[in-house]
Amino acid sequence: MKKIILSVSIAACTLLGAQAQKVKGSDTMLPLSQKESESYMKANPSTTITVTGGGSGVGISALLEGTTDIAQASRKIKFDEKQKLQEAGKSVKEIVAAYDALAVVVHPSNKVINLTREQLEGIFTGKIKSWKEVGGDDLKIVPYSRETSSGTYEFFKESVLKNKNYMNGIMSMPATGAIIQSISQTKGAVGYVGLAYLNKDVKAIHVSYDRGKTFAEPSVANAKSQVYPIVRPLYYYYEVKSEKLVKPFMDYVLSDAGQKIVSEVGFITLK
Amino acid sequence: MRRLKRIAERMVEGLLTLSGGVTSLAILLIIIFLFKEGLGLFNSPNVEKGYSLCVNSSNEIVRLNPLQIKNIFDYEVSNWQEVGGADEEIMPFRFDEIFSQYSDEELGEDYALLPQRLSEVIAKHPNIIAFLPQKYTPKDEASVKVLPTKNISFADFFGGKEWLPTATPSPLYGLLPLLLGTLWVSIFAILIALPLGLGVAIYLSELATEHAGKFLKPAIELLAGIPSVVYGFFGLVVLVPLVQRSLNLPVGETAFTGSLILAIMALPTIITVAEDAMRNTPRAMREASLALGATHWQTIYKVVVPYASSGISAAVVLGVGRAIGETMAVLMVTGNAAAMPRSLFESVRTIPATIAAELGEAPAGGAHYQSLFLLGCILFVITMMVSISAEVISKRQYSKGV
Repeated sequence: MKKIILSVSIAACTLLGAQAQKVKGSDTMLPLSQKESESYMKANPSTTITVTGGGSGVGISALLEGTTDIAQASRKIKFDEKQKLQEAGKSVKEIVAAYDALAVVVHPSNKVINLTREQLEGIFTGKIKSWKEVGGDDLKIVPYSRETSSGTYEFFKESVLKNKNYMNGIMSMPATGAIIQSISQTKGAVGYVGLAYLNKDVKAIHVSYDRGKTFAEPSVANAKSQVYPIVRPLYYYYEVKSEKLVKPFMDYVLSDAGQKIVSEVGFITLK
Repeated sequence: MRRLKRIAERMVEGLLTLSGGVTSLAILLIIIFLFKEGLGLFNSPNVEKGYSLCVNSSNEIVRLNPLQIKNIFDYEVSNWQEVGGADEEIMPFRFDEIFSQYSDEELGEDYALLPQRLSEVIAKHPNIIAFLPQKYTPKDEASVKVLPTKNISFADFFGGKEWLPTATPSPLYGLLPLLLGTLWVSIFAILIALPLGLGVAIYLSELATEHAGKFLKPAIELLAGIPSVVYGFFGLVVLVPLVQRSLNLPVGETAFTGSLILAIMALPTIITVAEDAMRNTPRAMREASLALGATHWQTIYKVVVPYASSGISAAVVLGVGRAIGETMAVLMVTGNAAAMPRSLFESVRTIPATIAAELGEAPAGGAHYQSLFLLGCILFVITMMVSISAEVISKRQYSKGV
């Protein structure tokens, strides 16, 4: 009996003494952070890392409140979030952990293969209403978008729509899975998803950012060589004060082993 | 011994009172929290916080409303004349563009020269409208005019027809499409659920054999126990393609699909409450009716249903309450397009779906966050009115007497 108590108390002591870290934020990055932390903990058994989702905004506000050590975000920190952190006397450090390419997808039966950025802008802002206008069948275009506050939504708006607003009353789905599902069963649908989510139920469009001179297919190779244009960085944010605690994990993510996990999860490595 | 028992009883009584008190206090605190966060929206500026809009001082424009700002930066409005200025083309300018016009050296260390460069740009273009962080906004420059920002007004929120909470420079928080979307879906859900539910209730209370009742009742109660996300998934995978194909629509995610799912979900409530009300019809009344020569069916619709009418109304109201507050299933099948509902076969967005989908990514404490809490307040007020009216309606039954 005594032995058990002793061993339990020793275990508790080591647990408390161990370096516990918390990672919170973007749901897009959740699989990446989970895999990274798992293999990091395997290599360093004395540390524990807890990873939770909730959204980029949730992660950054948790950093502000001090309830997390690292915030994961699929968008750049916003100006007013940065100001709030500054007001609270906290300065944050930003690390780009990986890149994610967004693929524009349509129903498999759609004849359209190529679209330029200008055409995509027209489609998502509601100026282009029929597939006929971009070389397809006489079919109404039904654009699908992610929720207004998701990092993916903001990035697509910034990169493809050049900061213009989406058309009033665009269909918006709560998750990438729902977008794939809806597009695979709606003939005129078009939407955007992370490269890792592409499957045979939807068809990826080749995109051109130079007014139709070259069209690139979304693929890891094309995204890496910067031929494919719709690529965004994925970030980790942490407080400068807690650098000592989180630095080893951040270094691990950026190391070769960490970057290997990045490509396993379906994102694009830094190098 | 007896004294001990009494003390124990006292303690239990005390505990019960305490738990009641704690519950009421918790509810009160939640309400206070909800309204405090929500009403903060009206203290937020109508241009994104920490930013300001600047024009060249030769520009006659004194003030722009959020909708005008949005249209200008979307290139929908391209002439100053359309918003009350001179006949000149508008040149929208976003902060980031400065970095492509000047090199880092020209902007100075720590961007010390940034305000100066910005004022140069604004001075150079008389028709510019620049969206800049307040920190770098040029101050006390003769050539730059900072447009005054107002706080978000009640009219913007309650009368707004566009919900674009993350639009920059000027987010639009228009309640109308969301509120009407919620009511639209709920009302049609009840129109579908009422005849069905009433039918089942009549069958169960009047016609069903004991055997059938024993099987049907638990089945209906089970319907209430299925998690709403399962309904949502069922709706997305089965109902959405079904609606799309059978009605030949461009999209299957419509208000109608949402109503169908909500109707199924509201059925157990409607059936149980309506059936209870019908079962409460006194035996004497039924027998009197039958004794007068009325058939079984005549008794049902001339005696039982009128007697139970207030119970049935209560069932309807409770069903509406269930439908209005439902989140997950609706989020998955209605397509969530924040447009004013025009037809049953177009996508709509409801209040609960908006809160669920957006709260996770909204910066805490910001205007977007507060607007979602305000939506919560509105939902709270609606459901409170619904339950109060259900209470009032079901009370009437007892005062009517036999």
